[in-house]
Amino acid sequence: MKLFLHLGRYFLMIQKTFGKFTKWKMLKNLIFREIDDLIISSIGIVSFLSFFVGGVIAIQTAINIDNPLLPTYLIGFTTRQSMILEFSPTFISVIMAGKVGSYITSSIGTMRVTEQIDALEVMGVNTYNYLIFPKIIALTLFPFLITISMALGIFGGYIASINGGFASHSDFIEGLQLDFIPFHIFYAFIKTFIFAILLATIPSYHGYFMKGGALGVGKASTTSFIWTSVAIIIANSLITNLLLT
Amino acid sequence: MIKIENILKSFGDSIILKKISTIFEKGKTNLIIGQSGSGKTVLIKCILGLIKIDQGKIQFEKSFLYSMGQKERAKLRQDIGMVFQGSALFDSMTVEENVIFPMKMFTNKPKDEIVERANIAIRRVNLINSNNKLPSELSGGMKKRVAIARAIVMNPKYLFCDEPNSGLDPKTSIIIDNLIQEITKEYNITTVINSHDMNSVMEIGEKIIFLENGSKKWEGTNKEIFKTENQSVTKFVYSSELYKKIRKVYLNEQDNN
Ligand SMILES: Nc1ncnc2c1ncn2[C@@H]1O[C@H](COP(=O)(O)OP(=O)(O)OP(=O)(O)O)[C@@H](O)[C@H]1O
Ligand SMILES: [Mg+2]
Repeated sequence: MKLFLHLGRYFLMIQKTFGKFTKWKMLKNLIFREIDDLIISSIGIVSFLSFFVGGVIAIQTAINIDNPLLPTYLIGFTTRQSMILEFSPTFISVIMAGKVGSYITSSIGTMRVTEQIDALEVMGVNTYNYLIFPKIIALTLFPFLITISMALGIFGGYIASINGGFASHSDFIEGLQLDFIPFHIFYAFIKTFIFAILLATIPSYHGYFMKGGALGVGKASTTSFIWTSVAIIIANSLITNLLLT
Repeated sequence: MIKIENILKSFGDSIILKKISTIFEKGKTNLIIGQSGSGKTVLIKCILGLIKIDQGKIQFEKSFLYSMGQKERAKLRQDIGMVFQGSALFDSMTVEENVIFPMKMFTNKPKDEIVERANIAIRRVNLINSNNKLPSELSGGMKKRVAIARAIVMNPKYLFCDEPNSGLDPKTSIIIDNLIQEITKEYNITTVINSHDMNSVMEIGEKIIFLENGSKKWEGTNKEIFKTENQSVTKFVYSSELYKKIRKVYLNEQDNN
C-alpha cells in the first residue's frame, strides 16, 4: 500500500521536475556544477575499481582454466564479457548508488531540514526543476564513466594476464575479438542510461521528501542507497530478460 | 493587509490549527506568540502556501490565495519576503550571492544594478565586510541579517519572520527587532513575526495574536497585554517573576497617571 503512495509521489516529482523551468542562465551553472560533483569527481574511484576488478577477473579465469585443453584466449574473452555485460554497467552503478546517490540525498536533504527548499519555494522557484533537473542532465553523462570503466577493466585484465604469464599478448587480443557482438555494447549502454536516470531520481526523492532533522539526513541516505540499488538490480533483470533472451 | 479566516489544518489525526481568524495590518509589526509547539510556524507556512490548509480563507489585500491564477500567484510570491527560523541561507553561496539570488532569478536587470541593489540591502541591515563570506563563516546574528537583507531586497509588500531572534543574545535580539520594525515603517510593509521572546512582545508588538494549542486565545496590542486578565495569556507572558514585577510596576504607573 505504502509502496504505491511512494511510487505515485515519485512519478509526480518527475513530472514536476519537467514543469516550470528555471532561468536558463542559472540552470546552466547548476548543470555544470552537478557534472563536476557527480561525474568528474567519480572518475578516480571508478577507474581504480575497474582496473583492479578487471585484473582479478582475468587471474581467476586463468586459474580456473588450467586444463591445457582450454585455450588461453578465453581469459581475454571472459574479461571482456564480464566487464561489458555486468561489472561496468551494473556494479559500477550500484557502487555509484552509494557514492553519488548518498551525495544527492544528503545535499537535498540538508536543504530540506535547513528550510532552504522552503526559502526557494517562497520565492516562487520550481524547486523540483531547480534541484533535480540539473542532476538528471549531469547523469546523462554517466555512460561516459561506464565507458572508462569498461576500457580500464579490460586493460587491467590485459596487464594482469601478461604480468602473471597467464596469456600472451596475441592470445589476450584474440580473446577480446572473439565472437564480438556489437548488440552487447548497445545493451550495456541502454542499461547504463536507465540506471543513470534511477541514480539521479531515487536519491533526489529520498532527499526531497525526507523528514526529521540532521539525524534524518543520515537515515535518508541509507534508505536511498538501499532503494536505488534494489531498483538497479530489478531493472537489470528486466532489461536483460527483454533484450538478451 | 493580510486577512485570514477560519484556518483549519491537521496532520493525520491531530488538529494543529483550530479555526484561526485575524487581520495583519499594513505598516505594522504583527506578532504571533505562543508556546513552543503551539502552531506558529505551521500558521505562517499556511499563510505562505507552503502548507496546504484544510479549510479557511487567506486574503492578501483584495485577492484570495486559493482562488488566484498561476500568474497572480507568481506575482504575489515576489511581493513576499521571508526570514526563516534557522535563516535558511543557501550554504553554497556567499552573502552577496544569497542576497542577489531573488533578483537574478526573477528580474532581467543588468548585473551592476543587481549588485548595487543587493549592497543597499546589505548595508541596510548593517552588515559590513562580509559580502564574500559563506554562511558557515557567519555568526547567528549575522546570518539573520543576511536573511533579512535577502527578504527585503525585492522590496516586498509582506515580510514574514519566524522567530527572528531565537538563539541570539538579548542585545542583538533587540537590534534585530528594531531593524525589522524600522524597515516595516520605512517601506510600509505588512510584517508578521513569530516570537516567544517577551522583549519583542513589549517592544514591537503593535498587534499581537496569542496561540495556545492551535487556537487563538487572545489578540490585542502590547499596551493591552499588560492589562489583560485573560488567564492563558497571563500564564504564558508572565511566567517569570521578573515579568510579573514589570507588569505590576506598569499597571501602577497607569493608575497614577
Ligand atoms: N509537517 C508536519 N507533520 C506533522 N506534524 C507537524 C508538522 N509540522 C509541524 N507539526 C506539528 O505541529 C505542531 C506545531 O508546530 P510548530 O512548528 O508550528 O510550532 P511552533 O509554535 O512554531 O513552535 P516553536 O516555537 O518551537 O518553533 C507541533 O506539535 C508539531 O509537531
Ligand atoms: Mg516555530
